[in-house]
Amino acid sequence: MIGFARTDTSIMAAWWWSVDRWSLAAIATLMGFGALLTLAASPAVAERIGYDSFHFVKRQMIYLVPAVCAILACSLMAPKGVRRIGVALFFASLILLIVALAVGPEINGARRWITAGSLSLQPSELMKPAFAVVVAWMMSAAKTEENFPGLSIAFALYGAILLLLVLQPDMGMAALISAMFFAQFFVAGMPLYWIGLAVGLAAGGVALAYAYLPHVTSRVDRFLDPASGDSYQVATGLEAFMNGGLLGRGPGEGTIKEVLPDAHSDFIFAVAGEELGLLACLLIVLLFAFVVVRGISRGLESQNLFVLLAVTGLITQFGLQALIHMASTLNLMPTKGMTLPFISYGGSSLIGISITMGMVLALTRKRIGLAGI
Amino acid sequence: MTPKPIATAHLDGTAKQSLEVGRNRLLVGGALFAVAFSVIAFRLADVSVVKTAGEPGVAAAAQARAFTAGRADIVDRNGVILATSLNTASLYANPRHVLDAREAAKRLSRVLPELRAAVLLGKLTSGRTFVWIKRHLTPRQHHSVLRQGIPGLYFQREERRIYPQGRLFSHLLGFAGIDGVGLAGVEKQFNDSLRAGAKPLVLSVDTRIQHVLTQELAAAVGEFRAAGGTGLVMDTDTGEIIAMASLPDFDPNVPNRSPAKALFNRATLGVYEMGSTFKVFTIAMALDAGAVRMSGGFDASKPIRVARFRITDYHGKNRWLSVPEIFMYSSNIGAAKIALALGTRGQRDYLGRLGLLTPPSVEVPEVGAPLVPSPWRKINTMTIAYGHGIAVSPAQFVESVATVANGGIRYPATVLKPLKDEPAKGRRVLKRRTSLEIRKLMRLVVTGGTGRQGHAPGYLVGGKTGTAEKTGGRGYRSKALVSSFVGVFPITAPRYVVLVLIDEPRGNKRTHGYATGGWVAAPAVSRIISRAAPLLGVAPVDEESELVRRALRVRIPTAPRGRQGHNIASF
Repeated sequence: MIGFARTDTSIMAAWWWSVDRWSLAAIATLMGFGALLTLAASPAVAERIGYDSFHFVKRQMIYLVPAVCAILACSLMAPKGVRRIGVALFFASLILLIVALAVGPEINGARRWITAGSLSLQPSELMKPAFAVVVAWMMSAAKTEENFPGLSIAFALYGAILLLLVLQPDMGMAALISAMFFAQFFVAGMPLYWIGLAVGLAAGGVALAYAYLPHVTSRVDRFLDPASGDSYQVATGLEAFMNGGLLGRGPGEGTIKEVLPDAHSDFIFAVAGEELGLLACLLIVLLFAFVVVRGISRGLESQNLFVLLAVTGLITQFGLQALIHMASTLNLMPTKGMTLPFISYGGSSLIGISITMGMVLALTRKRIGLAGI
Repeated sequence: MTPKPIATAHLDGTAKQSLEVGRNRLLVGGALFAVAFSVIAFRLADVSVVKTAGEPGVAAAAQARAFTAGRADIVDRNGVILATSLNTASLYANPRHVLDAREAAKRLSRVLPELRAAVLLGKLTSGRTFVWIKRHLTPRQHHSVLRQGIPGLYFQREERRIYPQGRLFSHLLGFAGIDGVGLAGVEKQFNDSLRAGAKPLVLSVDTRIQHVLTQELAAAVGEFRAAGGTGLVMDTDTGEIIAMASLPDFDPNVPNRSPAKALFNRATLGVYEMGSTFKVFTIAMALDAGAVRMSGGFDASKPIRVARFRITDYHGKNRWLSVPEIFMYSSNIGAAKIALALGTRGQRDYLGRLGLLTPPSVEVPEVGAPLVPSPWRKINTMTIAYGHGIAVSPAQFVESVATVANGGIRYPATVLKPLKDEPAKGRRVLKRRTSLEIRKLMRLVVTGGTGRQGHAPGYLVGGKTGTAEKTGGRGYRSKALVSSFVGVFPITAPRYVVLVLIDEPRGNKRTHGYATGGWVAAPAVSRIISRAAPLLGVAPVDEESELVRRALRVRIPTAPRGRQGHNIASF
């Protein structure tokens, strides 16, 4: 694979020697796990809802092509390019979000999708990396440019996105975007009393959701007291890990995927636990942790505030999504439908997370003396 | 506006400081992430290998699934099965898996002739992934469908609720719908425990007595071409309902094949103006409060006129009547005067304590609330004295009669058999002495009053007849009656109350055209007691024996004051 000489100055060679190859390897391994688990889990789900057995497998394999391209293309860019693509993608996905709300089909009571023929797209997945980049730019500009209202612009954009997501409604995404935004604000030097305010707002938001959204109420109640309602999915998920034990039953040998409705997306980690076992799951956790910690440590080396903030937002998105998925499968928190990056089935989610990590790779490439862009 | 890029050399103080703050804070974030991932790893090891955290939840879920597999049985007090569940196979199709819909429809309609081929073809070509073909196949049907070997057809294991007694307990049991959810009666009331419980639900009813009651009730309803009827047998000392029937009834196995009015439970949901049987309460409360005495009496020679109403006697004697005579001959005038002697407030208090002003606690969802006058004027007090102007359900009426007869203690009506070590909890409503006096009066009605046809030799029946005119449009309709008889036996030491109530009976040649309680309902009660008493373990006694005669002797005064009366012994 090391086909480039150190002295080669072509774009690809420069990329190869400056990109974080360890993170790249971790991401590739995660994608491999994803392909394996989709192959194992999705036929059962596809058959249950009356599709061809390999319906999801085929689609996921097709999505892997643009996903890999997105990672490579994004990681080839300079920070300035990342910013440009981020802004363009932000406005594109903003328009698509509005279109989805206006004319998108209603699926399970929410308007999150845009469909064209057999293709469907969830604009909010593309919005996530773009929003992180735009917010990073605005917040860094607020520090480095005098009299530039970067913070106000960032807040206005955040408010707009939040409104659109609540209208869909997609509370999981709204919470993720909020966490990302406040993480960036925190790193951008949020005054300490603001931290209290942010924590208060988050608590208030959770309390409001608990009080006024019946499905949130029921999920939290069932988490706190499993006997109070149907905690079948969570119980079955935990049973999967028990069945798997240390080494697992072997790929494709699990039974949980036959009964869990979202075995290929929201409960893929449980399928991994049953079929691949504890050691493989620990490896997956390790890979996620590695990518997160590695991204952060490489980000810390940067002399540029925009890079620091963008990496913060993008890595937070990636890490939180993985944490929430695993924690709800393991019954450490109330269930929240969230895909496991690179592993769960879902085209929009896969491409969105590829852009995210492509941008992280781009921003964490070794550069000499680059404080500004 | 685009912020201008700035070069490394020009990093001013603030920017440098921000970068420093940002780095420190990102380090904090990184540490938080590391901790969170460690927690996940520990939890993972915990649930995968240590296997303690998940176990209780999984076990409970498995148990819950096992429980839903069978709705519990319902049995009578002796363990006879009244409702049970059978595992059946239900046929459905996945039309996308059906290769040749036309052929499949043709062959299916051949083995299940009740399904039309055209309808089946429509279902099988619907393009959906699930359509019911037929629920609850018999084993033979199941077998013959399997033998056809049609691809795309599947069986769902299901349960079917079976009521082996057919119509016998229709209103009491109610029924469960096709998905195993109780929709009426006990099935609805105890739906949750029936779905969850493995233990059968034990009711207080006795299938043998229910047969007797239903047969005799049906005979009376048929003979008098009545609109319907209801009857109850209750244990006086526990409030347990031993039998409860309402006609017309329905088959709970196929409830939707009966007209809607057959689903109406007259025993608990229907409320009726009971008529003269209410005089049991009128006299009991007046005696209990000391407002009248057994030796007292009232002038019943002239009708009472109040406002536009006129209270008259049906079996008029047109003279001064003693309290026993008022009861025996069912004098409305006398009863009204007794009620006035007690007063409106006293009447309302006693009726409340007897449980006649609030819905009874009997455990079926179909419970009617009594219709009670508001405001409660003097005229209401007078009409309520003979059972008009207040409508109560037969179940609560029987509960109150049991209270009066058993020594004055009220036991709430129940359809559940009490646990062995749990004695029935009652509350004293009347003095024991009052109850003893009323028993004698009820015996007089059967030995020499309006209820002579309620006599069941050897079982010492005491009772009271009632004939009420039904309200219709404006005022009462004298042709539409509710005729009833409530009997208590053995009256010397009451064990059971029996009520038969016939709705809109029509007199016939045998009754000389009469359709009153004494002619229509009392004979039915007599036959029920004669047949049920041996089953209930009540031994017949010699009604002529000195012991019985002495116990039931009543002294009846014949004139207003002081003059000697004559003794009537029951015979």
